[in-house]
Amino acid sequence: MQLVLEKRAERSNTIALVSPLIAIGLTIVTMVVLFAILGKNPLLALHAYFIAPLTDGYSLQEIAVKATPLVMIAIGLSLCYLANAWNIGAEGQFLIGAVAGSWIAVKTQGTDAGAWVLPAMLVLAAAAGALYALIPAICKVRFGASEILTSLMLVYVADLFLDYLVRGPWRDPHGFNFPTTAEFDPVATVPLLIEGGRLHLGSIIALLVVAAAAILLGRTIKGFEIRVVGAAPRAARFGGFNANQLIVLTFAISGALAGLAGIIEVSGPVGHLQPGISPGYGFTAIIVAFLGRLNPLGILIASLFLALTFIGGEQAQIAMKIPLDVTKVFQGILLFYVLACDSLILYRFKLVFSNRQVSRGAG
Amino acid sequence: MRKSLLAMAVGLLLAGGVGAASAADKLKVGFVYLGPIGDLGWTYQHDQGRQALVKELGDKIETTYLENVPEGPDSERAIEQLVRAGNKLIFTTSFGYMDPTLKVAKKYPNVHFEHATGYKRNPNMSTYSAKWYQGRYIQGLIAAKMSKSGVLGYIGSFPIPEVVSGINATILAAQTINPNIKVKIIWANTWFDPGKEADAAKALIDQGADVIMQHTDSPAPMQIASERGKLAFGQDSEMIKFGPKTQLTSILDTWGPYYIERVKAELAGTWKSEDTWGGLDSHMFAMAPYTNMPDDVKKMAEDAQAAITAGKLHPFKCPIVGQDGKPIECKGGDHLDDGQILGMNFYVKGIDDKLPGK
Repeated sequence: MQLVLEKRAERSNTIALVSPLIAIGLTIVTMVVLFAILGKNPLLALHAYFIAPLTDGYSLQEIAVKATPLVMIAIGLSLCYLANAWNIGAEGQFLIGAVAGSWIAVKTQGTDAGAWVLPAMLVLAAAAGALYALIPAICKVRFGASEILTSLMLVYVADLFLDYLVRGPWRDPHGFNFPTTAEFDPVATVPLLIEGGRLHLGSIIALLVVAAAAILLGRTIKGFEIRVVGAAPRAARFGGFNANQLIVLTFAISGALAGLAGIIEVSGPVGHLQPGISPGYGFTAIIVAFLGRLNPLGILIASLFLALTFIGGEQAQIAMKIPLDVTKVFQGILLFYVLACDSLILYRFKLVFSNRQVSRGAG
Repeated sequence: MRKSLLAMAVGLLLAGGVGAASAADKLKVGFVYLGPIGDLGWTYQHDQGRQALVKELGDKIETTYLENVPEGPDSERAIEQLVRAGNKLIFTTSFGYMDPTLKVAKKYPNVHFEHATGYKRNPNMSTYSAKWYQGRYIQGLIAAKMSKSGVLGYIGSFPIPEVVSGINATILAAQTINPNIKVKIIWANTWFDPGKEADAAKALIDQGADVIMQHTDSPAPMQIASERGKLAFGQDSEMIKFGPKTQLTSILDTWGPYYIERVKAELAGTWKSEDTWGGLDSHMFAMAPYTNMPDDVKKMAEDAQAAITAGKLHPFKCPIVGQDGKPIECKGGDHLDDGQILGMNFYVKGIDDKLPGK
């Protein structure tokens, strides 16, 4: 007797939509049990995680600040993934964008350069991110190299390159040898939207990116091509769509968005270039892209939700003395349930009673 | 069943609410930690300090900490979250929190901040650190006596003045015992990464080092030295259980007395922005028992410790010669002054290596 996963003949659209909600519901139930075992009041803990951060302007701003890079990177990645192009290296494109934009900020430091500095930084960062993403894309279409491996390995190259710059040529001469550039000049800094807060122009740019992606995918032929190439490659070939061209295009767009997110993070919340500017945004964005079902609006919601768990996790640490590890467990459980629910929409369990080997590729 | 669960939940909620109200009039003190409190090094010692504080003043204060806070954009938010939760005195315990702490301090002039190991201050932001180079000097004396190969292995974190002055103090001390002493330095470029630190220790031993010294925070180098039958010094905390036959001594960060003093000042309303840089005489740090060495070496170490504590011995006593063979300007009378040590950016003669970025 065997237990096998069998593909369902048809899938229910309603279930597909409520599946993330079921996952969140199950996560909350599990967390209540976990909090109770830890001896913490589950209602207060859930309040600290989900409600408290939504009740004051400061936390809302912080959620937006945390979600901004995630949204921008995940939108770009979703285009790649829809087109069946597997860009895993958004982290590297993020770092290269940050480095390229910072180059202008470092070189104009202390001069009376005008208002052109920040726009130039943003453009250069996007261009650098796109070029960096084109390396794995071109290796893929020209030589058939796995873009998963090449894009991932280029993350470490970018990381070490940034490291070299801030320890060597770009190091703040008054920084006591600590690996960081000097604080950027005001003209090289992303403007704040609210005086005294941390919400910055980048969040607006992120919203524009979401809108642009929604239009691209929903209203344009290019968007249609991207979806068809990913979902039905044979149909796309018959339709005369060039899959290779789309790999290059989606990689370039996603690299540009990651690079833009990088420079916005550096010239906004951080204020200078240093190692560790990204706590893994490029990788977290992969999760965000799938949580949001590769849909621009879904990605926006998913990134806000993930940001909420970070901010809420800190508030739970402060208010309830709940260890940080519980927040990580919480994020892990959430992902587990999302994947489990998704699998059960597409597949169902079936008990097979014969001893005959079930061949995997047959279905 | 469902009803009873609900009733239990409501009961818990009410109980929690009552607990929170009674804590409201206590002074709230916040801590921001770089690592996990279980790192057995830097963060662990800060948390020991916090626990000493709670033990001493627990009826008047309430402490909160955030652990594993990266030194990037997240740290500013973490600090501000503590402010918004009502903490009136906040200790940020790593160099990389300097600019974020300053930003938040400027925004909340009525909250007091204490930043460890930095150099930027504000009317509501103090800095505190310890003269660990004094302990390094004692370690240098012991290392030179105990090394058979005449090669010391040194694992650095970042080439910042605190670490560079530690290396120089070690070598200056060792040269008084063995003028030809050699040191191999590996920069781990991290404060806490057991894997990297262990690799560095292995590489140093392979290059002939038989005494391992570290300025990183995990016990991994001690474990490697122990496996290979070499000697080593602990860092930040007592690490003898990781090398009972290996540890010579360890520089113990003892933050408790300082935290208690500052919180008492806050309670009394006498807190003001200060720059505290305490040495062996101030109990900001201590030396672990001198172990795994002959009695004469132990006596030498204890004598040196007594002399430094009494102010009779200064590790950076002039003349000091730089790597280029030229003497370093002596700004503090017969020794380097605090500014020169706090900004130390050169190696002394006898270190056969290049300072990164020089």
